[in-house]
Amino acid sequence: MSADLEVRIRKRFPNPEGSFNLNVHFRALAGFTIVFGASGAGKTTLLDCIAGLSDPDEGRIAVGGEDLYDSEEKRNVAAWKRRIGYVHQDLALFPHLTAEENVAYGLRALSADERRTRSRDMLQAFRIDHLRDRRPAQISGGERQRVALARALVTQPRALLLDEPLAALDRPTKSLLVGDLRQWNQHHRVPILFVTHNGEEVFALGDEVIMLDAGRIVAQGQPHEVMHAPRLETVAHLSGFENIFDATVLALHEDRGTMTCRLETGEVELETPLVRAEVGSRLRVGVRGGDLLLATEQPHGLSARNILPGTIRRLAQRDVIVSALVDCGGTEFEVHLTLAARDALELGPGKSVWVVVKTHSCHLMGT
Amino acid sequence: MNWEAFWLTVRLAGLVSTLLIAIGIPIAYWLTYSRWRWKFLIEAAVALPIVLPPTVLGFYVLVALGSRSPLGRWWESLTGHTLAFTFEGLVIGSLLYSLPFAVQPFAASFGAVEPSLLGASASLGHSPLQTFHRIVLPLSKAGLVTGFALSFAHTLGEFGVVLMVGGNIPGVTRTISIDIYDQVQTANYSSANQTALVLLLISFAVLSVVYGVNRRAWVVGPWR
Repeated sequence: MSADLEVRIRKRFPNPEGSFNLNVHFRALAGFTIVFGASGAGKTTLLDCIAGLSDPDEGRIAVGGEDLYDSEEKRNVAAWKRRIGYVHQDLALFPHLTAEENVAYGLRALSADERRTRSRDMLQAFRIDHLRDRRPAQISGGERQRVALARALVTQPRALLLDEPLAALDRPTKSLLVGDLRQWNQHHRVPILFVTHNGEEVFALGDEVIMLDAGRIVAQGQPHEVMHAPRLETVAHLSGFENIFDATVLALHEDRGTMTCRLETGEVELETPLVRAEVGSRLRVGVRGGDLLLATEQPHGLSARNILPGTIRRLAQRDVIVSALVDCGGTEFEVHLTLAARDALELGPGKSVWVVVKTHSCHLMGT
Repeated sequence: MNWEAFWLTVRLAGLVSTLLIAIGIPIAYWLTYSRWRWKFLIEAAVALPIVLPPTVLGFYVLVALGSRSPLGRWWESLTGHTLAFTFEGLVIGSLLYSLPFAVQPFAASFGAVEPSLLGASASLGHSPLQTFHRIVLPLSKAGLVTGFALSFAHTLGEFGVVLMVGGNIPGVTRTISIDIYDQVQTANYSSANQTALVLLLISFAVLSVVYGVNRRAWVVGPWR
């Protein structure tokens, strides 16, 4: 029997900017599938529909070959009969029950002895056995996260839905928890839908990524495919391209595997990787701020093909990253630097610099 | 101090508030979770006794219980006497009179339970009724105590409905508030004063319980 989760649904859902149509079609295999998108993209609505807490307008949802929802067959299995584990964004631990009672809650059908054995085993597996008599309000955020996960997993669900389960955790706690989750998944081969809006988590976890924007799937595939080779601008924004330019193809260099593109914001020409395009066709180029280099003197003997003279307009500090806005003849680049680099190069507004763009840092997207 | 009237009143209030737990919980459950579009009409009807003059409510109850109504005739054929001017009639009138004081705190506390808790309970295999029993009711303890205490206190002090439905029969329908009225009518002020003071103190004590419980309801501690 296949453990796949098949989803093909449409649903109108409200969000702060009006209302969107959630319109998705995908199949999640056993293992992690990351659902990635900005807030308001419809991620939680999608999970609610799969869990049965919210009804789609139409479509079909099936897990392990069994239909849970089918608008044509007028079939809609009640949430409490679906056996789908769901860890909510706010965890939804029962405040009047202890950690152990929370974990045992889903084992209603078992005898008291069996319930105790199973929930204690799960508490141990998640290293929260010592907290079993405490209530949710008496334990830390990371511990609450573990209780919520243990509570969902102990019922041996047919699929697991996790709504930003790591959002509130620091990095070491995150990776520990992910390790525990992976280990569990090796013994219980079920699909895990993991919702996040954090790009870092996508790389840390992903087997398969579904990128959601305004209710639609805009990209799907392996993390490096989806995150590094965006073909749509929405993807670029979500995946962190600070620089996106409209460009026209000037020349193809098939022998070198590159082509020359002129940015429409000014005189700047970039040598980019060769894609299937014709001279004169228009496309978009995305470049990460962190992939750009700044030099205070014109660099020589560098492998990078694009070295553009410009002037620093502004510097802004965000956490430990300095973001420099550089004007290269009318085209503005956002370049990310370390604090140390800013100080060593004595960078400031008005200073003349060279922006260095590697060919393979230029990501091409269709328009 | 008329102890007969005092115990009659306590018996009435205790019975009514206990029955209202049984009647009020299903009504509040329905009001909280129903998605029926005309639900607001039922909400308004349940709240009516708060604004209606007790004499109006009492009048209709009297008519409904009398031997001309189907209900009154049915009861008469069953027991041989009418419901009007009996303790049972008083209980029915008081149930209606105090209904909103039980249903509204119940419904408010049911509605205050986080929807995500209900969703989590469903995903863990519990039906809506099981969820209500294991999650909603325990988390609504303060609302239940409040509804019980408010309907008790409210029944304790009712006057108009009792007078209309029950009349003033010693030992059967004469409650404390009617007794106080009688004492004042016969210029027996010291006795009226005594009884009034007892009613005042009891009502204050009951309301203190209500506010005390609701203060604690927001503290998550080791109490159950």
